[in-house]
Amino acid sequence: MIPSEITQPTDQATTSPRHDPSTLLSIRGLRKRFNLSGNWLEQLHFSKGRLTRRQEYVHAINGVDLDVARGEALCVVGESGCGKSTVARTVMGLISPSEGEIHFDGTRIDQLSAHALLPWRRRMQMIFQNPYASLNPRMTINRILEEPITFHNPSLNRGDVQDKVQEVMSSVGIDPEWGGRFAHEFSGGQRQRISIARALAVDPEFIVADEPISALDVSIQAQVLNLMRDAQQARGLTYLFITHDLAVVEHFATRVAVMYLGTLCELAPRDTLFSTPRHPYTQALLSAIPRLSDGHPTPIRLTGEVPTPVNLPSGCVFHGRCPYATARCREDIPALKTYGDARVACHALEEGRL
Amino acid sequence: MSEETSTADLRAQMPGAWARFRKSYLLYSFKRDPVAQLCLLIFIIITIAAFGAPWWAPTDPYDLTGIDIMNSELPPMWLDGGDAAFPLGTDAQGRDLLSTILYGTRVSLLIGFGAVAMQCVLGILFGLLAGYFGGIIDATLMRLADIQLSFSTLMVAILVGAIVKASFGNLMFGQVALILLILIIGIAEWPQIARTVRASVLAERSKEYVDAARVMGFRAPRIMFRHLLPNTLSPIFVIATVQIANAIISEAALSFLGLGMPETQPSLGSLIKSGFDYIQSGAWWITLIPGAVLVVLVLVINLLGDWLRDVMNPRLHKG
Repeated sequence: MIPSEITQPTDQATTSPRHDPSTLLSIRGLRKRFNLSGNWLEQLHFSKGRLTRRQEYVHAINGVDLDVARGEALCVVGESGCGKSTVARTVMGLISPSEGEIHFDGTRIDQLSAHALLPWRRRMQMIFQNPYASLNPRMTINRILEEPITFHNPSLNRGDVQDKVQEVMSSVGIDPEWGGRFAHEFSGGQRQRISIARALAVDPEFIVADEPISALDVSIQAQVLNLMRDAQQARGLTYLFITHDLAVVEHFATRVAVMYLGTLCELAPRDTLFSTPRHPYTQALLSAIPRLSDGHPTPIRLTGEVPTPVNLPSGCVFHGRCPYATARCREDIPALKTYGDARVACHALEEGRL
Repeated sequence: MSEETSTADLRAQMPGAWARFRKSYLLYSFKRDPVAQLCLLIFIIITIAAFGAPWWAPTDPYDLTGIDIMNSELPPMWLDGGDAAFPLGTDAQGRDLLSTILYGTRVSLLIGFGAVAMQCVLGILFGLLAGYFGGIIDATLMRLADIQLSFSTLMVAILVGAIVKASFGNLMFGQVALILLILIIGIAEWPQIARTVRASVLAERSKEYVDAARVMGFRAPRIMFRHLLPNTLSPIFVIATVQIANAIISEAALSFLGLGMPETQPSLGSLIKSGFDYIQSGAWWITLIPGAVLVVLVLVINLLGDWLRDVMNPRLHKG
């Protein structure tokens, strides 16, 4: 695995990143708002004798800068609703960003038309969370796997396509003889293997995995994880791995990005993050992992709730629950700053209060 | 099955559509449901009898030279004054009622299936578009459907039929009546199918296999017709079956009102209407026998539709 590289801090979202050949994917100033207000008729409100138009947004991602280096497995962690899946889906073009840029291998891809995006589609693939919904129930496994191959390689003849299908099926540990069966005839773990096979069928370089093992039985999780790691080594894949399971992160990641309420709080190599978590949220998160060994500090108890992403807090999004918050934290949004090999967005750390 | 299998053997072993059908719940439940079996049997008999009418109908009711006005209003053969040449009697013009019913059933079935095919084409297309794209396309198509549904089928048909009849004259109308009825009933009832399709597409498109198809770069038509449509087929089947019965009834009602098939090529509805004038004078068979055929046909189709709905609704599976 290529050691991850820390890129230059780019604090202005507008500048196009200088293309670094070791960077496969770079996200700059990504924001995504979802409109909650419905159609224009539902937006009209009558208050104090005046008719006003009111629009409300869920701020799912609020300015995320992220670089994924070639060959690494970048894990994005965070609690439910912190925007990690939205990042994954925006990167794959399933939803379009409200602001910001996504560059894949030096090319900006977030503004391309569906047709222009096609060559990039086969270089980046996605594995989904729910193996029970991610395979078409009316298609046999063979058809599910054949379709992307023939679509992206129209020149292949039937025999070549069959060979390719058999190859990817064996590579994920599914007997090619089962290709005539339907998805409902397989277990959850087998289905997730088939989903992986579908992603691998077009020979991608980059795979976005959106909580690929959280719907699986614990005994199957390790199998699927190891399969993904083997595929990474055999094919030189790069992963953007969305998860909320810190044990998976410890096993799988080369670097970890911690998200809270749509912002990135900390980005660090795995070992650095687990040995010296710097951001107060990361510290609280890691202290919550149950350990068998004695003498481990008791979990840091955060007070209050995660604020609603509809009305974002001013300043640092974490200030309401942070034990170190000051007046500055309530006003200024902290930027990612480099500390050793980690990058952390925290005023307290910058001022040396932590 | 041999132990060692080459790729060619593998293909041969793959369960084909027929093998899958043989193992399906559909066939299993059909085998255990005598009502469904009986209904299908009657439906098949009626269909074969109607579409094979040119071969086995005693006379050709469209052939005016074969009709003798002196034979008019003969009762069925088991009544006094009946003639063995006309087993179900004759109508007011001296046509053999059995032959006329056979030909008329053919017309009714053609209109029923044709109109539903038309509804399916429009309904599936608009339903897929509305459900998959959402937003303004959805709003436009569904408001259009609402507007369409707010006119009853009969009202649209009366309006269109009257205009065509007035502008082309009776003779011309007779030539285009079949196609016109298919178009009218098809266009008037497409929202039923479109709404059903849209509802299932909305449920299906949030599933991850649709996202997976989008990530693969498949274009919208391929996703709609090859990924979404097969998953919305079962409700379409059920609705379509019921709609066939509805279309046949609509056609009969229109013909009864004089806006359907002309006297010269009668459907079941126009036969009923033509006999209606003579029911007081004792010739009840001209109305009642085609009426009974219509009732049986529609009942059988509706019962089959009910059975299909029960089978295809997984929540009603027993055990």
